[in-house]
Amino acid sequence: MSEIIKHIEDPVLDIQKLSIAYNKDKYAVTDVNAGIKRKRVTAIMGPSGCGKSTLLRAINRMHDLYSNIVIDGKVFLNGEDTSELSAIHLRRKIGMVFQRPNPFPTMSIYDNVLAGYKLNGIRLKKTQRDEIVEETLQDVTLWDEVKDSLLKKGTFLSGGQQQRLCIARALAFKPDVLLLDEPTSALDPVATKKVEELLIKLKKNYTILLVTHNMSQAARISDFSMFMYMGELVEYGKTKDMFINPLDKRTEEYLTGKFS
Amino acid sequence: MDDMPAYSLRTRIAEGRDHRVVKDKLLSILVIVFSAITIFPIVLIIGKLISKGYKQINLDFFIKKAPDTYEAMTALNAGEIIPGGILNGITGTLLMVLMAALIAIPLGLLIGIFLYEHGSKKYAGLIRDISDILQGVPSIVLGLIAYFWVVKNITHGFSALAGSTALAIMMLPLIIRSTEETLKMIPDSIKEAGFALGVPYHKIILRVLIPTGFSGLLAGILLAISRIIGETAPLMLTALGSMEVNFNIQKPTSAVPLLIWEFYNDPNMVDLIWSSSLFLMALVLILNIVTKSIRSKK
Ligand SMILES: Nc1ncnc2c1ncn2[C@@H]1O[C@H](COP(=O)(O)OP(=O)(O)OP(=O)(O)O)[C@@H](O)[C@H]1O
Ligand SMILES: [Mg+2]
Repeated sequence: MSEIIKHIEDPVLDIQKLSIAYNKDKYAVTDVNAGIKRKRVTAIMGPSGCGKSTLLRAINRMHDLYSNIVIDGKVFLNGEDTSELSAIHLRRKIGMVFQRPNPFPTMSIYDNVLAGYKLNGIRLKKTQRDEIVEETLQDVTLWDEVKDSLLKKGTFLSGGQQQRLCIARALAFKPDVLLLDEPTSALDPVATKKVEELLIKLKKNYTILLVTHNMSQAARISDFSMFMYMGELVEYGKTKDMFINPLDKRTEEYLTGKFS
Repeated sequence: MDDMPAYSLRTRIAEGRDHRVVKDKLLSILVIVFSAITIFPIVLIIGKLISKGYKQINLDFFIKKAPDTYEAMTALNAGEIIPGGILNGITGTLLMVLMAALIAIPLGLLIGIFLYEHGSKKYAGLIRDISDILQGVPSIVLGLIAYFWVVKNITHGFSALAGSTALAIMMLPLIIRSTEETLKMIPDSIKEAGFALGVPYHKIILRVLIPTGFSGLLAGILLAISRIIGETAPLMLTALGSMEVNFNIQKPTSAVPLLIWEFYNDPNMVDLIWSSSLFLMALVLILNIVTKSIRSKK
């Protein structure tokens, strides 16, 4: 028997009454309430345009960039209101990975891993830098592939390697949460598999929130799943439960491929 | 498709191929003709400059000041090449272009970045329009403006500063435009990667966008320099010209194009027109080639 998750004990993220509109009257996300479980993979699914990316980007306040977006409601990170944290502090705690791999084209692989430190002007000793780079690249299973070419540009890597480099860049601050917006949709199946294995490995230490179009991907790697439809969070439950026995008709239709 | 006899398909492919071959041939002929039409004037110009100017190009040409008309006449009568060179022009051009660049590059970059950031707002459109109009102002008019601003009010006499001011105003819209265009070409995803790491906007511009667009920005600056380096009219009203090598920005100063004009007006100096023009042309050509290679490298 599945159930809609109403409450999560000690959530990393707590999203409360979150509504987001790009234009005053048209809401892209409406009244989303959800707690995100620590050290688990939570997938966000739903048809194109249902507001997945919009929701995800609210969590690390990427919407700050654009002045006419209206945001109501709150997101708490470990009990702290994220709107009251400084952006830099918040984004050190919440890393983000995008749909298309986007390493900084002017930076070496080494510098890309350290980009968060470098660009923010945080100085580290050489030994610290080396340590962070090696450890993080080990974490994303890229170290063996690039350890001899750390000073080459990140853009020389294959798409899958670039995406793992971007994950490394997001992890270099040791964040609490990793947000990923369709991280494998630009990758081939082999590279996708590597990233998926990596995410499963990473959930030992990180909370992962993953937007995906790919239902089998959600089934393979997520512990919890959200289904969104037209800006609403329709259903949120354990992935297994939801896939076997969806409660909402719309979830069922989506999972059985009635619409995409 | 399935029931189509194999030979017919093959024939069709062959026909299609013949068709393409004819088309390809026609196209390559057109390409050759058009390239010839564009290359012709350039070859003609360079050929003329080299054949007429090479005699005067020697070490002295680069390290000696321009001769006076008496020296030139004496040499001419003795059947020798004209003594002296164009050092005062070279140093003057260097001085004024450098100063113009120092004024126009930071301003142009700033305004270009501003337009890139606030591109969709109303006043941004206004700035863009003004910049476009500025680009269309005849250079002699800019010289006139610099004359009234700088020559009359600041240096109280013809000066390198006045010349640089006119040149800087010419460079400004070129750099503004190229800066905005270059930054626009950088994908938003690169910017977002910076934001997602908590980097503040101004640091993203300085540490991500400018390095990423560096080659484009540099190419724009070099192109702007190559556009102004041969300007003559505005300098006549501002820098005036000088027989001496001058590095005082408050004093009249020569420049290579000014020298060419002076040589043109002196029947004894005709040979120097060609060598100076050759030098200027080579300079512009080199700047353009460097710009192109920077653009294509990234
Ligand atoms: N920058 C924007 N300005 C205006 N409207 C936007 C903007 N970005 C998204 N929208 C709108 O908000 C709604 C939700 O978009 P969002 O990108 O969050 O959907 P999504 O679920 O991530 O879709 P996809 O699966 O295609 O990535 C859509 O109707 C979209 O058109
Ligand atoms: Mg999306």
